[in-house]
Amino acid sequence: MFDWVQLSGGDHILDFVTRSTGYQLPGIVIMLVMLALILGFICVSSLVLIWAERKVAARIQNRVGPMMTGPRKWAEFSMWTGGLLQTAADAIKLLLKELIIPSKTDAVPFIAAPILIVTVCVTAFVVIPFAPSFSVSDLNIGVVHVVAISSLTVLSIVMAGWSSNSKYSLLGGLRSAAQMLSYEIPLIFALLGPILLAGGLSMQKMVLAQREYGCWFALPSLLGFLIYYVASIAEVNRPPFDIPEAESELVAGYVSEYSGMMFAMFFLAEFANMFLVCSVAATVFLGGWMVPFMAVPDQPTAGYIVLGALVFFAKTSFLVFIMMWIRWTFPRVRPDHLMNLGWKYLFPLSLLNLVICAGVAVLKDVYHLNGWGISAVSVVSLLLVVLLLQLVRIPRPTSFLEQA
Amino acid sequence: MGPQHPSTHGVLRLVLKMDGERVVDCDPVVGYLHRSIEKMAENRTFTQVIPVTDRLDYCTSMTSNYVYVLAVEKLADLTPPPRAEYIRVIMTELNRIASHLLWYGTFCLEIGATTPFLYSFRDREKVLDLFESACGARLLYNYIRIGGVSQDINQAFLDRMIEFLDYWEPIIPEYEQLLDENPIFYNRTVGVGIVPLEMCRHYGVSGPNVRASGVAEDVRRDDPFAAYSELEFDIPVEKECDVFARYRVRMRELRESARILRQCFEKIPSGPHGLPLNYRFKVPEGETYVHIESPRGDIGCYLASSGGDMPWRCKFRTPSFVHIQLFKKLLEGVLIPDIMAICASFDIVLPETDR
Repeated sequence: MFDWVQLSGGDHILDFVTRSTGYQLPGIVIMLVMLALILGFICVSSLVLIWAERKVAARIQNRVGPMMTGPRKWAEFSMWTGGLLQTAADAIKLLLKELIIPSKTDAVPFIAAPILIVTVCVTAFVVIPFAPSFSVSDLNIGVVHVVAISSLTVLSIVMAGWSSNSKYSLLGGLRSAAQMLSYEIPLIFALLGPILLAGGLSMQKMVLAQREYGCWFALPSLLGFLIYYVASIAEVNRPPFDIPEAESELVAGYVSEYSGMMFAMFFLAEFANMFLVCSVAATVFLGGWMVPFMAVPDQPTAGYIVLGALVFFAKTSFLVFIMMWIRWTFPRVRPDHLMNLGWKYLFPLSLLNLVICAGVAVLKDVYHLNGWGISAVSVVSLLLVVLLLQLVRIPRPTSFLEQA
Repeated sequence: MGPQHPSTHGVLRLVLKMDGERVVDCDPVVGYLHRSIEKMAENRTFTQVIPVTDRLDYCTSMTSNYVYVLAVEKLADLTPPPRAEYIRVIMTELNRIASHLLWYGTFCLEIGATTPFLYSFRDREKVLDLFESACGARLLYNYIRIGGVSQDINQAFLDRMIEFLDYWEPIIPEYEQLLDENPIFYNRTVGVGIVPLEMCRHYGVSGPNVRASGVAEDVRRDDPFAAYSELEFDIPVEKECDVFARYRVRMRELRESARILRQCFEKIPSGPHGLPLNYRFKVPEGETYVHIESPRGDIGCYLASSGGDMPWRCKFRTPSFVHIQLFKKLLEGVLIPDIMAICASFDIVLPETDR
């Protein structure tokens, strides 16, 4: 009934061209067009996000942030409209800068690392459903695709760290590897809950399943949502989990030796990745493009698609905003505490989340609960979890020194 | 690590021998900022030395001015008028606030929190504005002079000071809120960089750092200078000896400073703000040692005069230099992020170390 939702953006273009000219575009052209669109989207969204990050930081820190680049009139209007062109100017500056490849580096991986990180990012964006029937391709293994591809990021970071041949970069790269190992697992396990509920891996199906359940998956798998969110902050190396590039410790970690556009690519990938993990969270846990209080139509309507896209971006932006908020509030976590948190807390809790989701799925199938029923069950199970955590009273993570 | 590194604030160089993330051996190298202040003092008249002492510790120029001036006054047997003594208390306490705020900001920066830095600098700016209105300078004041202070302060200054305190005192809990119960901060600081009392004694640790190891030791009370004997204040003490305790002590000291300032506002007498002195006045032959409480600890000045108008020998005992020696012992076996937390917690100022 809702098959149209799983169409891809490429299908629309193909359809449009065929209908208007009668000419069947070859698949490769569609692919290239979509790729270009995604790349453009990543660049633009990163620019916007970097600007937003600076403004959010400024607001939190009682400053006004960049104000000088952009129309003077707008800057006079409010701090949020000043300096709109700052990131564009920064990007141009970085583009024009010389690419310095220090003499002691291993040049091939050194150059390959930033390319790889952007490639990975673009590839992962393929399955993100920006609106009903608007993803590049709705692979039937969507969620796994995102997780698998985005975990390749660490490869690029280790490459960058190792090939830079600098002590800070090396430490940063290795820290990143350790961090990724301990966070990838809770992250995947947190996603398993919704996968179980939806009974499929496709991103669009995930959204449709939430329609079917009548509630966002963030409710039955709230634990999973929180774990996913924390783990994804670690995954994209953002503070408070930015230990691979900890500024006060490792200067700039694995990007210490990079300059110009190669540095910009790491920067771009960081922000694009942030958008990526937040959009996955919005899709899997917060109902994606589903417009609240509106039934999904049987046939595609332009109005619903546009509204859906707006809802999707609103949800994602909100999650991104929270990430920025966290970044500018917390001190940095120590690497060993990070591992502790990942292995001793998030991992067991994500297993618990899986159990709860399985229970909810069974209840749904056996007793045909509606959205309210499922919500009630989830709330009860969450209360049980809180109770359990109170009873178990996990000891505080002790510092490395005390253990030794 | 260093001398150029974002976390050394100046040019401290730590030669670290690492085993992965763990420090095997640490060797602090000082001297990158050596300007031979003590030797320079020997070739200037007693008054001309004061601006040089400004550069001793640029975060608390008032106290380093003061310790030198106090030594000269003791040697020349001068007693400054009571109003000058109160002005000195006001200035050193304001400087303590500015210095602790600076410490709070950079300490947070080093453990990875960027926002508190901006908050503390916002308020430090207001203290600097006060200094500017009193003596025209914001960082290197050259304000405390032999026999008094360079300019008198007026009622408007005192009113502005109280206005600042009224605004700022409610903000202190805000600083603490950001960190105190934050589990990340807690894990990073509690039990890290423990300096037991015995070790403090061996190394000569002083100031907030020794107070964080459970002793109420403060030159302001133990050996009162200026008008401190007439003022009432508590000495904050914490027993845990770790980074968190040192942070707590400093935050509580901020409150005490505010309390002292309010008392000064009430009690400050009228009268002259200094003694009339010849520019090239001579100091009788002799030697002396004085010490006062700077925000970093016990800062001392040894001064010898041969009867002329220039010091014969001038030597500063600076707390930062003493505290840096702890690093070798403390940093053994810790992780890289702890290096920053520990180093920052001692409130080291490099120009003071290297002189």
